[in-house]
Amino acid sequence: MYIKDLYTVESLYRENMVVKGYQFGKGDKAACIIGSLRGNELQQMYICSQLVRKLKELEANDCISSGKEILVVPVVNAYSMNVGKRFYGVEQTDLNRTFPGSSYGTSTARLTDAVLQQIKDYSYGIQFTSFYMQGEFVPHVRMMETGYQNTSLANLFGLPYVVVRKPKPIDTKTLNFNWQDEMTAAFSVYSNRSDEIDENAARQVVAAVLRFLTRMGILHYESHSGYISHVIKEEDLTDIHARKGGFFRPFVKAGEEVRYNQECAEIVDPYEGEILERIVAPTDGIIFFAHTNPLASENEILFRLIHRLHE
Amino acid sequence: MVEKVVEMELPVGEKLSIIKNRILPDSCEKEYEETGMLSKKLPRIALVTGIHGDELEGQYVCYEIARRIREQKENLTGIVDVYPAINPLGIENAVRSIPTSDMDMNRNFPGDTEGDPTEQLAAAVVADIAGADFCLDVHASDIFVKEIPQVRVSEEFSERMLPYAELLNVDMIWMNATATVHESTLAHSMNLLGIPTMVVEMGLGGRINKSYGNQVVDGIFNLMKKLGIWKGEIAIMQHPVVSTDGEVEFIRAEHVGIFLPAIEHNHYVREGDLIGEIVNPVDGTVRERITASRGGLIFTLREYPVVTHGALLARILV
Ligand SMILES: [Zn+2]
Repeated sequence: MYIKDLYTVESLYRENMVVKGYQFGKGDKAACIIGSLRGNELQQMYICSQLVRKLKELEANDCISSGKEILVVPVVNAYSMNVGKRFYGVEQTDLNRTFPGSSYGTSTARLTDAVLQQIKDYSYGIQFTSFYMQGEFVPHVRMMETGYQNTSLANLFGLPYVVVRKPKPIDTKTLNFNWQDEMTAAFSVYSNRSDEIDENAARQVVAAVLRFLTRMGILHYESHSGYISHVIKEEDLTDIHARKGGFFRPFVKAGEEVRYNQECAEIVDPYEGEILERIVAPTDGIIFFAHTNPLASENEILFRLIHRLHE
Repeated sequence: MVEKVVEMELPVGEKLSIIKNRILPDSCEKEYEETGMLSKKLPRIALVTGIHGDELEGQYVCYEIARRIREQKENLTGIVDVYPAINPLGIENAVRSIPTSDMDMNRNFPGDTEGDPTEQLAAAVVADIAGADFCLDVHASDIFVKEIPQVRVSEEFSERMLPYAELLNVDMIWMNATATVHESTLAHSMNLLGIPTMVVEMGLGGRINKSYGNQVVDGIFNLMKKLGIWKGEIAIMQHPVVSTDGEVEFIRAEHVGIFLPAIEHNHYVREGDLIGEIVNPVDGTVRERITASRGGLIFTLREYPVVTHGALLARILV
């Protein structure tokens, strides 16, 4: 293992923030794995740390293919993580909305540019990321429909789902989109939650990445073959909205199967404790995303359902 | 007449509402109050502000527009819809984004009636403005840099918008402002729907500069006169400088420290003039002296002293 400093951010009264890369193997830039870009992406960084530990062990056992190089960047935005903020710097910008960046632009643009320059030549790019809504996901690989995306490669992670998303204008500023623009095959891997550590989900994602690297000939590693992924289009997910604001009392979790008309949650009057609304499944399916905040506003997306799919 | 454009229940005993004040000629008020409609088609302008909760210059503009119309109501010949707070929670919490989601409201247009709460709010705003003859979105930079009154137009709509922009009594029209104009903004979305929409930027976040406000309000009345919404007297208009991206020089910090400007905002500099210094309060040294690489008008100047590498210090119109 070789630790390299990818970029250093200076500041007036804080210690410099050094973006560190952990390099395994030597040779072709085969795969790069990025952890947290946002300060609340704790699970994402945790997964990376576990991956670094595992790769150290594999490297010691000569399990990294000769002529292949892997780079792991557990965290880009340590400054925000240390102060419990999601976004970066005094201007509070979202790093994952500031790619490709620019070497002569804002502080944030310089950081994202520097990171992208260091990671753009890898053949495969894997980013552990989070969704803008607070909630829990079924672990999945997400790809942007850029024209370069390749879902059969995404299947090789062996996670239960692969989701293809049609990019909106705002998505063109994400790392995933810009990585693909640099001809890196880029995958966003969603674990279940961001703001707390889930050991089981972390293990599942570490295993998925090792499986992918093995299948790409980057590692020699005997791993379980995982799932044959189900590919879904994001626009085909069925959203279930709240019609009232109040406390959110869920009865189902991400990954669970529900039947048509099954009660999935209640909205409870925050003052009197009475049930204001019963949330029922509009169709049979599997809960792909579940809201986790104990409060919900009217119109909040409480669940996203994979329509008519059974376990 | 104050109306709710959209309302949405927050979790605990409060409704979030986006409001507008529809100001009508006296002769139409009764019909509109009774039927919610008007039998005769009147020209309509939508005046929008408060998309970014830290930008308050538009609050004065809304106040002053409503006040002047009330004083000379007989001169009103069309509909003025004033939307003073598109992001009410942001304004009330002194934050730029929507506090509930941390999202920039101006990256959510045109919205989605089936989407998340923010997308639904955005969609409701778009639907309400749709049908107007003109839309003006008033912004106030951010809390970091101060701007002279200016109109920013994206390349795509610049030809169509320039004649309108010239009516607004601003100091500058920044054409093809690629660095600052984005898709997913209200202005871009309304323009795509065929409603001519312009963005005015002026002043500083968290502050109100009345003289800038009055200048732009004069311009808005001038625009309303051309649109057939106003028939009162108009102040004498100034002619804006029209510039493109190539004529704007960005000056950024190359050191961290405290920025102390050496010049006034909205003043001309010559090549080589000192713009400011980045100093180190710890040891009393100067880390960087910033001089003008080209002469011109300082139309953007940093107000917030703490800077890091890349922080915008000034923009010069050469
Ligand atoms: Zn703004």
